[in-house]
Amino acid sequence: MSHIKVELKKEQVAKIKDICKSFNNEAGELINVLHKTQESFGYLPAEVQEVIARELNVSVAKVYGVVTFYSFFTMIPKGKHPISICTGTACYVRGAEKVLDEFKRILDVKVGETTPDGKFSLSCLRCVGACGLAPVVMVGEKVYGRVSPDGVKDIIKEYEQ
Amino acid sequence: METIKLTIDNKPVEVPAGTSVYQAAKNLGIDIPVLCYMNLHDLGIENKPAGCRICVVEVEGRRNLAPSCSTTCANGMVVKTHSTRVINARRTVMELILSDHPKDCLTCPKSGNCDLQDMAVKMGVRNIPGQAYAEMSTYKTDFSPSIIRDMDKCIMCRRCETMCNDFQTVGALSGVNRGFSAVVAPAFEQDLEKSPCTYCGQCVAVCPTGALTEVDHTPKVIRALADPTKTVLVQTAPAVRAALGEEFGLEAGTSVTGKMVAALRQIGFDYIFDTDFAADLTIMEEGTELLTRLGKHLSGDKDVKLPILTSCCPGWVGFFEHNYSDMLDVPSTAKSPQQMFGAIAKSYFAEKLGKKREELVVISVMPCLAKKYECQRDEFKVDGNPDVDFSISTRELAHLIKEFNINFNELADEDFDRPMGESTGASVIFGATGGVIEAATRTAYEIHTGKKLEKVDFHELRGMEGIRSATIDFNGLPINIGIAHGLGNARKLLDQVRAGKTNYHAIEIMACPGGCIGGGGQPLHHGDTSVLKARTKAIYSEDTNKVIRKSHENPYIIKLYEEFLGKPMSHKAHELLHTHYFDKSSKDIFI
Repeated sequence: MSHIKVELKKEQVAKIKDICKSFNNEAGELINVLHKTQESFGYLPAEVQEVIARELNVSVAKVYGVVTFYSFFTMIPKGKHPISICTGTACYVRGAEKVLDEFKRILDVKVGETTPDGKFSLSCLRCVGACGLAPVVMVGEKVYGRVSPDGVKDIIKEYEQ
Repeated sequence: METIKLTIDNKPVEVPAGTSVYQAAKNLGIDIPVLCYMNLHDLGIENKPAGCRICVVEVEGRRNLAPSCSTTCANGMVVKTHSTRVINARRTVMELILSDHPKDCLTCPKSGNCDLQDMAVKMGVRNIPGQAYAEMSTYKTDFSPSIIRDMDKCIMCRRCETMCNDFQTVGALSGVNRGFSAVVAPAFEQDLEKSPCTYCGQCVAVCPTGALTEVDHTPKVIRALADPTKTVLVQTAPAVRAALGEEFGLEAGTSVTGKMVAALRQIGFDYIFDTDFAADLTIMEEGTELLTRLGKHLSGDKDVKLPILTSCCPGWVGFFEHNYSDMLDVPSTAKSPQQMFGAIAKSYFAEKLGKKREELVVISVMPCLAKKYECQRDEFKVDGNPDVDFSISTRELAHLIKEFNINFNELADEDFDRPMGESTGASVIFGATGGVIEAATRTAYEIHTGKKLEKVDFHELRGMEGIRSATIDFNGLPINIGIAHGLGNARKLLDQVRAGKTNYHAIEIMACPGGCIGGGGQPLHHGDTSVLKARTKAIYSEDTNKVIRKSHENPYIIKLYEEFLGKPMSHKAHELLHTHYFDKSSKDIFI
């Protein structure tokens, strides 16, 4: 696993400590603490996990174990424009995989990763309830329907400035 | 207490409420096969994640099969441990585990001593259906100075995690990721070297497969012996002699000191010496340090810290460097016996031989894996040349003896070489919890009071309890002694010391259960911790059988001070026999 070194600011450390304190620094509240912290930071880098481990008096290995077990937790910051490709049944049969491949090719990242400039992150989801528009792509809150591999570069272009 | 009545394999049985089906069956003499389950009664450790599903049984009226290790007995339960449904399921489980396990048994370091291999043999697994299509999960192999993690062989039984987190409270390991990527690893899947691991090796001692093994130095031993320009010295730790016999089918608790020496001589070491000699030396230095610190403390010197903590155990040293970096001035500065031996061997003894230190190879045989790490620490080197070149475990010595085709059990007893093979009863008990402090007490008492000790056995310092304390009367001066074995117990004791809640003068700490006799390099106990008690008994009977039982009466130690060191804590003794510690708390994780 690759790591981007994060220098935590004093206020950030204080924020994490506050979150831990709001759960009485109880080891049993680890998952709740992680939820709150991710809500506040957007992701859970190693340095954040270390602070949590120290505050709750559990090993860092344990915290990392929980973070990597639940797919909701992430150690990678989301991009400025998070891209989600629906790979639900309807989108899948109408060619979502080819669309996904095109995003991967152009952005040069894998699913779950973020571009080095922090602009785009790529993820998959299952069904946004717009099967009539399959295959569907979401960028942030905006929904794109009937996306073809050829249309991918235009979508990306919209956000490149 | 409420009792529960049930039937297992048509036999009625009564057990206390809360008993597992596995245990109830065991009471009936039915051994249900297990892989992940581990119960070390004497240490109060139970690992039952119900992860492997090898121990499943059929419970009448229950839809699915039940894991017997974590299913509690209920009144009227009817259990079948070997119905065809159970046998089929068990076989399938085994096939599934093996489908994601390397098949390199021939060259695996655990071969012949592997629980997984034994289970495959027991179940008669001859092929793994669908193996041709199965993709294997692979992980990087992690080489530390002491322990190798080959996680392709991990079956996620979590025994290592239980030892590392619950018993030792080191917290280096945790189950991470999920599904096929699931593995036991340090935080952020870093190497052990970057984790708070102390190399105590208790994870290795319980691993049922070849996932966790020691770094094997036996090829280096053979290379050193084959080099005509080298003089090769070997030193053997006290606990080795109390356990080595187990590797040759002897009953646990059989002392094999004489046979071990004979075997080492047949293998071809130039000098067969004893770490016990250096243990006597440790007592001279540590005991004197205790009395000096005690004297200053009693005369009101506020700068002097008490209690003094023993420092023989490298796992323990690593633990306080990581977790108690604010208390680095509390442990004794005395080096461990292994390192004292190396320092004296490559100075005093090298001078006697008229050789340069580089011409000597010092090998240690230790019950310990942390010793492999200890001897390569930079502060124990002179111009890059280590005082102890490398360390092998009791298990590795057994391998060597077998490789050299020596009929161990038929060997006639032989004795260590002189001068560094002479030792006292005080030094041999270093191998058991409480032994170091008892040995120190024997010497410190006589030096402090100037009186001869009537009774050298301090039974109040012995035992298997995790944390013990006793007060010894030093001719009117009560000396409070604390003892802990297992790092979790050490943490409890140290937290009290840190909080200023204790009045101990001296504390002995050993990282492993029972002390060195339960070390990570000892023959595997395979869950039977009664062997630890048997080894302890062997250690104390060695002590009783010795003519000299006090370190300061060892004639070769007296001679060493006369000829070379001057007196305990002299300038030269400081240079060669004392060390310092490092703050490793900030270095723990990172990236």
